[in-house]
Amino acid sequence: MSDSGTLTKTGLVDLSGVNKHFGELHVLKDINLSIAKGEVVVVIGPSGSGKSTLCRAINRLEPIDTGEIRLDGEPLPSEGKSLARLRADVGMVFQSFNLFAHKTILQNVTLGPLKVRKTDPKQAEKRALELLERVGVANQASKYPAQLSGGQQQRVAIARALAMDPKVILFDEPTSALDPEMIQEVLEVMIDLAKQGMTMVVVTHEMGFARTAANRVVFMADGEIVEQADPETFFTNPTSRRAQDFLGKILKH
Amino acid sequence: MFSVLTDNWPLFRDGFWLTIRLFVVSGVLSLVLGTILGAFRVSPVPALRGVGTGYVNVLRNTPLTLVFAFLFFGAAKMHLSLPNPYWTAVGALTIYTSAFICEVVRSGVNTISPGQSEAARAVGMSFFQVLTIVVLPQAFRAIIPPLMSVLIALLKNTTIAAGFSVAEAGAIPAAMSERGENQLLTLMWITIGFLILIVPLIFLQRWAERRTAVA
Repeated sequence: MSDSGTLTKTGLVDLSGVNKHFGELHVLKDINLSIAKGEVVVVIGPSGSGKSTLCRAINRLEPIDTGEIRLDGEPLPSEGKSLARLRADVGMVFQSFNLFAHKTILQNVTLGPLKVRKTDPKQAEKRALELLERVGVANQASKYPAQLSGGQQQRVAIARALAMDPKVILFDEPTSALDPEMIQEVLEVMIDLAKQGMTMVVVTHEMGFARTAANRVVFMADGEIVEQADPETFFTNPTSRRAQDFLGKILKH
Repeated sequence: MFSVLTDNWPLFRDGFWLTIRLFVVSGVLSLVLGTILGAFRVSPVPALRGVGTGYVNVLRNTPLTLVFAFLFFGAAKMHLSLPNPYWTAVGALTIYTSAFICEVVRSGVNTISPGQSEAARAVGMSFFQVLTIVVLPQAFRAIIPPLMSVLIALLKNTTIAAGFSVAEAGAIPAAMSERGENQLLTLMWITIGFLILIVPLIFLQRWAERRTAVA
């Protein structure tokens, strides 16, 4: 079975038969999902549906019970150096930003390249400033995370992920902890990334973003992928009952 | 009153000098060993966590005098040759104090939000890097006050070595009593000596707290 011949898929991220329990709770039920290079997949669903767990399983911040996850054809190692190396290729943006509180904005972005990629310091700094410029916070480079607004912090977190030149970036509810007026500035950066062909997995409640930027919408409920389709089809003509209920609740107003 | 000190100055000087050496050397070694054990206790490897937990449970619950006795007499019974009394005392103080430092380090690590280490792991850092680059530098701020309490306790615990033929400050009263000096004044001067030694520690704590204060 070690030969993957029968399992060969062309996806950049491949999940097959993934199961995960939190104690009694079956949070991921036999998940099969393949994400192609350059694809933007938006995962939506009611809270507790397992969408965040799915996102975190892809770089093994949540270990899975059974099944297989492959990144660029390579199965995800269980621990140690090879897992760290694989994680370096997967960017992650968290709901609560998780910028390194004791490092400046610039250091937050250069830390990964310096310590993990062993990039030349001058080059790492130059690239970090470019990325901070790109997300619109270059003028805050010498400040500490606590001195920035939530929207600014999240844009720095995106720059931090980009600094590693990842093959794919995972967004775990990137705008859920933000004040409403700051959501747009973060979404704009993400839409920009999507346009430039970045492979993205985005767990979100922002249906506007799903419509504008997604190639595919994956709808999850109770740990299962219930339905997936392109955004136009999904939002105008959802086939499953649960997706219809969910959309009915959130799109009413 | 002053003559008690000045007449016996070499005794006091040598005693306190030995106390300082015991304190500084076992303090540094305890910090190193305690931090390593603390890292064991938060590591993802169950075996390492077991070693850390076992160490703390045994050493933290053993009276320090017994730790000394085990090293000075137990080791001899087992035909282990130990270095001179000074280094044996350093060993006893270190293995005892590091259990407390381990717990201080672990509690400090627990004050740091798991999101910090998740973010560090997500950029591809190893467990060692996550700990030394992201978690411990932030945890250090929270552990300064309890760490200083452990170090002050260590400074006072050095006096147990007097019972095991190490002539540190705790051995001064016995020597003074042989010379027929006033015991009360002797104890008073020793107390003053320890207070003087503790003052720099208090300033060190203030300085470290200010340095690590969040901007």
